Amino acid sequence: MAGGPGLRRFFEDENMATNTITVSETPLVLYALRRADDSLILGHRLSEWCGHAPTLEEDMALANIGLDLIGQARSLYGYAAEVEPREDGRSANDEDGYAYFRDAGQYRNLLLCEQPNRDFACTMVRQFFYSAFTDPYWRAMTSSSDPTLAAVAAKSEKESAYHLRHAAEWLIRLGDGTEESHARTQRAVDALWSFTGELFDADDAEDSLVADRLVVHPSAFRDIWSDTVDVGFARAGLRRPDGAWMQRGGRGGRHSEHLGPLLAEMQHLQRSHPGARW
Amino acid sequence: MTPTPTVPLWEVFIRSRAGLSHKHVGSLHAADAVLALQAARDVFTRRGEGLSLWVVPSSAIVASDPQEKGMMFEPTASKPYRHPTFYEVPDEVGHM
Repeated sequence: MAGGPGLRRFFEDENMATNTITVSETPLVLYALRRADDSLILGHRLSEWCGHAPTLEEDMALANIGLDLIGQARSLYGYAAEVEPREDGRSANDEDGYAYFRDAGQYRNLLLCEQPNRDFACTMVRQFFYSAFTDPYWRAMTSSSDPTLAAVAAKSEKESAYHLRHAAEWLIRLGDGTEESHARTQRAVDALWSFTGELFDADDAEDSLVADRLVVHPSAFRDIWSDTVDVGFARAGLRRPDGAWMQRGGRGGRHSEHLGPLLAEMQHLQRSHPGARW
Repeated sequence: MTPTPTVPLWEVFIRSRAGLSHKHVGSLHAADAVLALQAARDVFTRRGEGLSLWVVPSSAIVASDPQEKGMMFEPTASKPYRHPTFYEVPDEVGHM
């Protein structure tokens, strides 16, 4: 039945699936999107555990952390939408636009955040590495000269503090647990280590915000992060990897092979039925 | 996956406001006290239910035997005079 309603609908949907937004990335927009993307992508990864975690208690803990992160992402996307300059005739982007209608190359998250869950140990190590940074980071950002960023930081700080504690307690128990849990945790540490360097990177765009005291330079947290990680490793009986070579690219939109499939799943509904609500 | 029998059971108590007492809200499985407290926070306080949490190993609770409920509880049924209902409250007292 060529040309029937079913087929026409199919082609319409195909066309709709290409309606990727454009974003005017001023330094402040770029900053908000980077931090928002970190939170959204990691939050989405945690949501993948829903119904699959080792115990009911942990299922809820992971969902809670995921929701905290997605909440942080929403505030930051909302702020990006507020400050993004609008080119002639283009309507403003909004939270959903940033989340659902950007392609992988437009995502600015850390490579660490998009790494797959693999097993529970890997999920906890990823969270530990990330939260060991965001905990002191958001605390420092509460004194940003930008009132919105300071407010986002004040909320995120308390959430991140708990995320770090939760992940650290698991790191210790997994590392210092059974032979298998130790092996899995060390494997996760070794596999994710090269994604931790990017936490401390900033480019010229972010440097300009640092100069205006809107944001704190991420490299200021390298030592405290390193101390947190060393204390965690010592208590967990884990070995700190020697590797100094670090993966980079997420902040500039160059991602690992794992982001595409994540976005395909996360964006599928809005891309197929734009504006769908339920 | 159900927790293995070696993961102990804990009873969770929440105090919802200052001045109130902790109330039993349920139970959970956790390997140790720290994880039990974290799990209690994650499972039972998602909607702002509490200001304070207690977790107690279920094994530490000494319970009455349901089979002995006759001996334990029925004798009070015939002692209505223990309820403070046998005197008049003066109007001046107001709401008690």
